[in-house]
Parts: sequence; C-alpha cells; structure tokens
Amino acid sequence: MRHTLAVLVENRPGVLSHVAGLFARRGYNIESLVVGETEDKTVSRITLVVEGDERVIEQVSKQLNKQIEVIKVNDITNEQTVDRQMLLVKVTADQAARQEILQLMEIFRCRVVDIGRRSLIIEATGDEGKIEAVIQSLRPFGIKELVRTGKVSMVRGSK
Amino acid sequence: MNGAEYIIQFLEKKGVDLVFGYPGGAVLALYDALGRSSIKHILTRHEQGAIHGADGYARVTGKTGVCFATSGPGATNLITGIANAYLDSAPILVITGQVGVDSIGRDSFQEADIVGITMPIVKHNYLVKSLYDLPAVLEEAWNVAQRGRPGPVLIDVPKNVFAGVADFPEAVFTPPNRKIPLKNSLEKQIERAVAALREAQKPLILAGGGVVASGAEDLLAEFRKHTKIPVVNTLMGKGAVPEELGGSLGMVGMHGKPAANLALSGCDVLLALGVRFSDRVTGNPQNFLPATCIIHVDIDPAELSKNVHTEIPVVSDVQKFLTLLLSRLKEEGFKPRYGPWLAQVDAWVKQYPLHFETGDLLKPQQIINEVAKQVTGAPVVVTDVGQHQMFVAQFFPVQGKRNFITSGGLGTMGFGLPAAMGAAFGRPGEQVVLFTGDGGFQMTVQELAVMAQYQLPVKAFIINNSCLGMVRQWQELFFKEHYAHSLFSCGPDFVKLAEAYGVKGLRLAQPAELAGTIREALQHSGPVVVDCLVDQGENVLPIIPPGGQPNEMLGRWRGEAHVSRIS
Ligand SMILES: Cc1ncc(C[n+]2csc(CCOP(=O)(O)OP(=O)(O)O)c2C)c(N)n1
Repeated sequence: MRHTLAVLVENRPGVLSHVAGLFARRGYNIESLVVGETEDKTVSRITLVVEGDERVIEQVSKQLNKQIEVIKVNDITNEQTVDRQMLLVKVTADQAARQEILQLMEIFRCRVVDIGRRSLIIEATGDEGKIEAVIQSLRPFGIKELVRTGKVSMVRGSK
Repeated sequence: MNGAEYIIQFLEKKGVDLVFGYPGGAVLALYDALGRSSIKHILTRHEQGAIHGADGYARVTGKTGVCFATSGPGATNLITGIANAYLDSAPILVITGQVGVDSIGRDSFQEADIVGITMPIVKHNYLVKSLYDLPAVLEEAWNVAQRGRPGPVLIDVPKNVFAGVADFPEAVFTPPNRKIPLKNSLEKQIERAVAALREAQKPLILAGGGVVASGAEDLLAEFRKHTKIPVVNTLMGKGAVPEELGGSLGMVGMHGKPAANLALSGCDVLLALGVRFSDRVTGNPQNFLPATCIIHVDIDPAELSKNVHTEIPVVSDVQKFLTLLLSRLKEEGFKPRYGPWLAQVDAWVKQYPLHFETGDLLKPQQIINEVAKQVTGAPVVVTDVGQHQMFVAQFFPVQGKRNFITSGGLGTMGFGLPAAMGAAFGRPGEQVVLFTGDGGFQMTVQELAVMAQYQLPVKAFIINNSCLGMVRQWQELFFKEHYAHSLFSCGPDFVKLAEAYGVKGLRLAQPAELAGTIREALQHSGPVVVDCLVDQGENVLPIIPPGGQPNEMLGRWRGEAHVSRIS
C-alpha cells in the first residue's frame, strides 16, 4: 500500500541526504519526495510517498524519528487531505491542433505558459487523478517533453 | 583562539583525557593545539587501529572514545571501525580533517566526502563549513554520541575552520523536545509484562548488549534473585550476568550453548532486554518462537518489531524498566511458580555440556579453559573474529562489568588487537586478555608497536590454526570440504614478529606445555604474544545451520565422529 508521510525537519544542510540515504540503505522504496520550506524558515517539510505494508511503514517512521534533524513524522495516508502535484508538458501543436488543445485545457483549467511555433507548454496542478487525465488527453497530440513534481499534501481542517 | 584550539578546549572541558589518532596535512592545526594541551594522544600505526582503539576504550569505560584522522585516506581508513562501532552501539566522537572550504568539491588533494561515505554507518555526522558553527556542532555531537542508544558521530572539519580565529559563542545543548508518539505508555507495558510473568510457566530472560550499555548488571542480578527466572545471553550480552554456576546458561544462537538454546526454544515468556534479535540468534525471523510471548525492552524504538514480532514492546532504558518491573512484582508478592521449568533447564545443563576431545594436538578450547583457570581477578577479555571468538564466548566465564569486548554486529577481523590496546588504556592497571586468530591478528598487527611503547599489560593468545578457521569450517560443513583459499601455506613466525616490535613472544605447541607457558605469559607484566599452535580441524560446535531454529543444533553430543541433530 502507498503511504504519504509528512516529515518536518530542521532546515539544515545535509538533511535531505540524511533522509534520502536512510531510504536507500534500509531498502525502502520512495515513490516521490518533495521538500520545501514551511511557514517557519528554520523548518522544512518533506512529503514522502512510500510503498510498503504496515510493518515497513512503522519501521520507516521509527527510523526517520531517529534522525537528529527530524522533528516530526506524520502518516497522513488516512487523513482527509488536499493533495497537489504540478505538471509541465510540452505538446506538439500545429495550427490545426492548437484550438482543440486550448479548449481541452480550458476544461481542465490548465494554463498555457509558452507558445512556440509548433508546440505549447501547458501547466497543470491538481491531484494525481487530474494530472493523469491531463496527460492522457494530451497524449494523442504528441507529448515532446513532460515533467511533474511529487505530491504535496495538507491535512484539511484545523488539525 | 582558533577553531582547533576551541575543539581541544571543548574536549578538555568534557573530561576527555585520551585521544587515539593519526595526523596529516588537514589536521596539522588540530595536532598543534592538541600537542599543547593536557590531553594524551595515542599515535596508533594505522587509522583503523585508532578507531578500534577508541571503540575498545569506550566499551570498557562506558565513556565516549575520541578519534582523530586527517582528510582523504586518513578518514577512509576509519570506515571499518566506524561501521563496527555503529553496529555495536559504541559511543565515539570522530573528528576528521577536510580540505579547505574553498577546495571542497574540486577533487582536491586528499579530498574525500567522508560525510557522504559514512552517512549509513554513523548515528549522525556533520561537515562544519563555518567557524561559528563549531560550538553548537561539538556540543550536539557530544550529546548525540552518548544519549539514548550510543553510537559513533563524525565531525568533518575543513582545514580553514581549524585555522580560523574567532570569539566563540557559548553553546548549550538543549535536548530536542520532541514527542515521538508512543503507542503505549511505559506504565501500561509494565502492567502487561507483570501479567505475562504472572501466567508464565516457562519464563526466560535474554540479556543483550543493552544491559551493559545501561549499566543494569546489578539490577538484573537482583531481579533474578527475586524471580529465579533463568537467563541466557547474546554475544553482546556476555558478561552482563556472571557465568558461574547458577548464572547465565550462556550464549544463545548459531554457536550457542545447548542448554541456552533449548531454554530459548522452550520458553513461554521471553523477557528480552536490550537485544536486537540478530539473525545469528533468530535464524529465520519468521519462524522464531511462534508460541512464545516476547517482552522486548529497548531504548531504541526502531529495534522493536524490526526483526521479530513482539507481543509486548517496551521503549525504555533497561535499568529504568527493571527498576519499575521489580517494584511492581514485589508489590504483588510475586512468587516463582515454575519449579518444573527450572528442573528442566538444570537437566539440559547436565545433559548437554559443551564437549570437545583432547589429543596430541592442542585444542583452542583447552587454551581458553587454561587461561580462564589461571588468570587472577576479573580480566577484560577481548576477542577478534572467527572460531576462536565463538570458543571464547562458549568457554571463558567472564566476570565483572564491561569485561567482554568483541565485534558482534559487524564481525570485524582485525578488531581484537587494537580494541585490547584501547581497553588497556581505558582500564589502566588491569589485566587484558586477548584471543585472536592467525588471520585477524595479521590485519592490525602493527599496533604491537603501541603495546610495546606503553608496555600495556595485554596478553595476546593467537589461536594459530594456520587457516581462516571459521571459513574452513563452513567449507567443510556446507561446501563439501572444498577448502578454497582458506588455508595458509605460509605464515610469519609470530614469536619473532612480536620480538621485532619489542613485545615478549612465546610459543605454545604441545599440550604438555599448556600450563607452564600460560603461566609464564600471565606472569609477565608487559605485553605478551603467545603463538598457540592448535589443531587445524577443530570445529565450533554446536552449530545451527543458517536459517535454523534454536533447537535445530548440530553437534557431537557424546563424542561421536559425526555431527547430528540434537534429540
Ligand atoms: C575483515 C574481515 N574479512 C573477512 C571476514 C570473514 N571471516 C570471518 S571469520 C574468518 C576467518 C578468521 O580466521 P582467523 O582470524 O584465523 O580466526 P579463526 O576463525 O581461525 O579462529 C573470516 C575470513 C571477516 N569477518 N572480517
């Protein structure tokens, strides 16, 4: 099963390699990892998506907790969360296809952020389902390049 | 004050009086400051000797060992020793030099990313890029090495940080105020442990290295007196409970004592104190004691349910746990009610003593027995890795506290001699007995120079079987006697080698010389190397084949020619 862990860490050099290295040496699989500062500049948040059963996830959290720079580990898999990923995709778009793509993107509320002579760059944010749908809908036109971030999540409500 | 002077002053303030190390270009400023301080420095002959020395020192004293090395090759020479200390939870502060901050990342002369390299084998590590970070980093590192489950911490200090001058701010360490969520409170788990012990028909204590680390030896003795629960120990727990009659049944696991392994597989409640359920103990962890209620106490929450599933996991220091448990049991008027179990355990002890044959050739076990018999007081016993290590674990009844030093987790050949050296520095005036193999001894033999220089009272017995005994044994048992590259066709004259270093050398070649030569060695006040020529074909028995359960021991139970399953 996939688990989402929200890990608060001290914002110090080397933190990311300590955390990422832990996963490598203990043989855990990271599906995605996003790191960035939080409302407190001295604290960063790492959002990790990890594959594993309960036993593995328990070990992952315990090992993370042992890291000196780790402040808190939260398994938010079963929480009500807002999840977002971001996608940039460069799609082939000659004059004929351009209108159709723009209409599609309208439906998904995506933005066109660059227009080339034969291609468009489209930006999308959303949960995994939406990002997948955007990619599927653009595929027939010819995807030239695609990048996406891992997932960031926030628990809903006042928690 | 420059960075180097600050570091030395910091160590002095922490009460460090001894550092093991090896100088070089990147640490010249550090050595300059060290040379003008009150701290004694032991110049080993290899960085591996320095780190194992600091490790041995830490283990016999319970204090943090300190080790210095230069950048690049100096630092990389420490790696085996750092991994060794990490797996056996020994507190060590390692300070390595690094090329100047401006040269980092340019593949400069003697540059190695030691922080990157050691990341998986340290409790924590630091690269100090700014002079002003030194106070906070040192303070934190010092605390991290000792607190909770101890371990090695490395600080990599660029050359210019040693040399840089500053007014250093005061640093205070504030322990992180983190609430790691515990599923169950300690009180609740103690109650569950009490309930389990109340019902137990066949309880057993498994004592591990955590008992030693938390200094709970006396408390455990009191606990045993009160509860009469029999004890077995892991390799790292050897010495936590005296091994005289009525003490520990001995080591469990792959080469454990028969009675200890039988008790382990027969118990219904296992109180596991400061152990990590290594595969050398559990065999296949999936089938480990499926019917036993395991109470697992460890200060490191990550150890609980890591390898085996436990009914009652307890995050606690062993000493604290035993104190609480004992007072609860006394409150309850706990009375041991497992007479038949104690009788059964006694019967196993009598039925399955450790067995070996004597003959024209000396046996390793005879030497260990004789040293144990002749030695006075409670010496520090150190081993290297291999067959002799297991023989010592089986045959040498260790007494006193922190008196058994061995490489348990990493199984590092070459650990013995420098660790014995470190132990001798840690416990001046006390006798240190080292058992090593002719293979492992040659891996760090250069530290004989330090033994000679300081006239350390280390008695080194080389159990010389002209082969890599443990490898030879596995080849015999599991690879159809195909002895590929495990037999030495050429070896040094260890007596002359010792003498070349200025250490007394003796040879023990005949059973008839046993008592005399060992007496001569033990009576010599300085360091001695005894080259003990033993039967090459001797095997460590019993043995549980890899993956087997504790009761699946193979051995010679009544002196038969072939090994068989215990019945
Ligand atoms: C550094 C290192 N290399 C290899 C091994 C694998 N190994 C384990 S025991 C052993 C044989 C040790 O031989 P010796 O030191 O002569 O001791 P003996 O087993 O004969 O008592 C070897 C090679 C090891 N444990 N450590």
